[in-house]
Amino acid sequence: MSTTKSARRAGTGRTGDKVFSGAALGAGVLIVAVLFAVAMFLVIQALPTFSAAPADITGGKGFVSYIFPIVVGTLIAAAIALVIATPIGVAVALYISHYAPRNMARGLGYVVDLLAAIPSVIYGAWGATFLASQLKVPYQWLADNAGWIPIFGGPASGTGKTILTAGIVLAVMVLPIIASLTREIFLQTPMLHQEAALALGATRWEMIRMAVLPFARGGIISAVMLGLGRALGETMAVALVLSSGPMIASLIRSGNQTIAAEIALNFPEAFGLRLNELIAAGLVLFLITLLVNMVARWIISRHKEFSGAN
Amino acid sequence: MSKRIDVSDLNVYYGDFLAVEDVNITLDAKSVTAFIGPSGCGKSTFLRTLNRMHEVIPGARVEGKVLLDGDNLYADGVDPVTVRSQIGMVFQRPNPFPTMSIRDNVLAGVKLNSRRMAKSDADALVEKSLQGANLWNEVKDRLEKPGSGLSGGQQQRLCIARAIAVAPDVILMDEPCSALDPISTLAIEDLINELKDEYTVVIVTHNMQQAARVSDKTAFFNIAGTGKPGKLIEFAETATIFNNPGQKSTEDYVSGRFG
Repeated sequence: MSTTKSARRAGTGRTGDKVFSGAALGAGVLIVAVLFAVAMFLVIQALPTFSAAPADITGGKGFVSYIFPIVVGTLIAAAIALVIATPIGVAVALYISHYAPRNMARGLGYVVDLLAAIPSVIYGAWGATFLASQLKVPYQWLADNAGWIPIFGGPASGTGKTILTAGIVLAVMVLPIIASLTREIFLQTPMLHQEAALALGATRWEMIRMAVLPFARGGIISAVMLGLGRALGETMAVALVLSSGPMIASLIRSGNQTIAAEIALNFPEAFGLRLNELIAAGLVLFLITLLVNMVARWIISRHKEFSGAN
Repeated sequence: MSKRIDVSDLNVYYGDFLAVEDVNITLDAKSVTAFIGPSGCGKSTFLRTLNRMHEVIPGARVEGKVLLDGDNLYADGVDPVTVRSQIGMVFQRPNPFPTMSIRDNVLAGVKLNSRRMAKSDADALVEKSLQGANLWNEVKDRLEKPGSGLSGGQQQRLCIARAIAVAPDVILMDEPCSALDPISTLAIEDLINELKDEYTVVIVTHNMQQAARVSDKTAFFNIAGTGKPGKLIEFAETATIFNNPGQKSTEDYVSGRFG
């Protein structure tokens, strides 16, 4: 009796295992298949662009000279966003996880999470109507006093709708992502290691540098990369905030354009080769994101031995 | 360097809850003092008050005095950070910094105090501290490898090396062998015997044989019941505690009748 019972239990266990491993495998395959299908769609739709005569491409000088300025614009906007959002986001997360009194930390964490939930079109409207006009004066000042640095070359935009404004709006959008992800990582730092640092006579800040930040290193990089993903792909906010134009070095003049905004603004009226062109631009954006993620993985794996996982 | 600790009228609270009541004890310099007692009797809590590590726990506070060679650790204006650099601590579970190499682990505390250090001085200190922790011969060829790659016993000795590298006056050990196998435990006990030549050592242990083997004096803590505060019941020479205790509950505990 007991043998049949245990045999039956083992039997159902095996079936359950099979079902679950099948479901897990299916989910894994589905993700790869979807990714592959998207990539295939982009490549096939983009192909006509690469075989077209250079004169037929927008700008008349071929695809590379069409895509290059907007790739640069995309990277500049994302870089501005990350340069601003990373230190602030990490600082906010550290404040919540290690400095704020517990009640306040909970409230603040909640607010940060809410910030992440605001739709991008609202950020865009805020950036275009409020932030841009507020930044006109500082831009003018920068043009007058730091104009010799190419990125602050004048004349400053009269509307404030520049790539720097777009970058700042993106920073505000990326900030809650970085802050809430890194906060979670900081909270997971083993008490054991924090106490080890404190027992050696570390101040709170020294303890954070000794135990918390090294532990969270991989997590911070992942958070920044997720933020970068949003900054690269963000469409609506940039489309509303930036008054676009040809590529220029100055960040405080109208000009520059990002891939996502370029696609969104032109897609509704595009047909024929123009449509292929925009999809090709999408393919380029896809490749950039892929590359960024691979680099991030590589950075994280380089320090595997010291990650604490062993 | 080695200093003695005088504790007078010490109460420890977690919020409103009195966890340890009215401890008076003197821990001699260059000696090993063991704290024994059943779980939850407050011996670890009390140990943490000796270098103000209890302040890490939210709500924990202390009344009373702890004098380190006459200086009150709880006097106004005393920075817990300074206290902890004078009174080192080794924890129950080995906790080398996983992101640091063996060498950097040893130097972790030193780098806090003196920012710049010549490489030769640092090398000498690493060797001296690791030798002091009886670990040098096992790790001298892999100082740049992560500390987390060592065995549990080696990691614990690495933590001891890290603690003695900052040249503290006192070393507190909170059940340092409870996560280790017997061979590693023996290695740590030998080490404790050597450490008392230079340091004041205080060790919390659940293992009464260990207390009998390593300590000069033993303090027995007990608790009257759940929700009651822990108390210091008896403090005497280790031989006295184990062979001729003055209190009935001490005798019951050391003879294995409870706890």
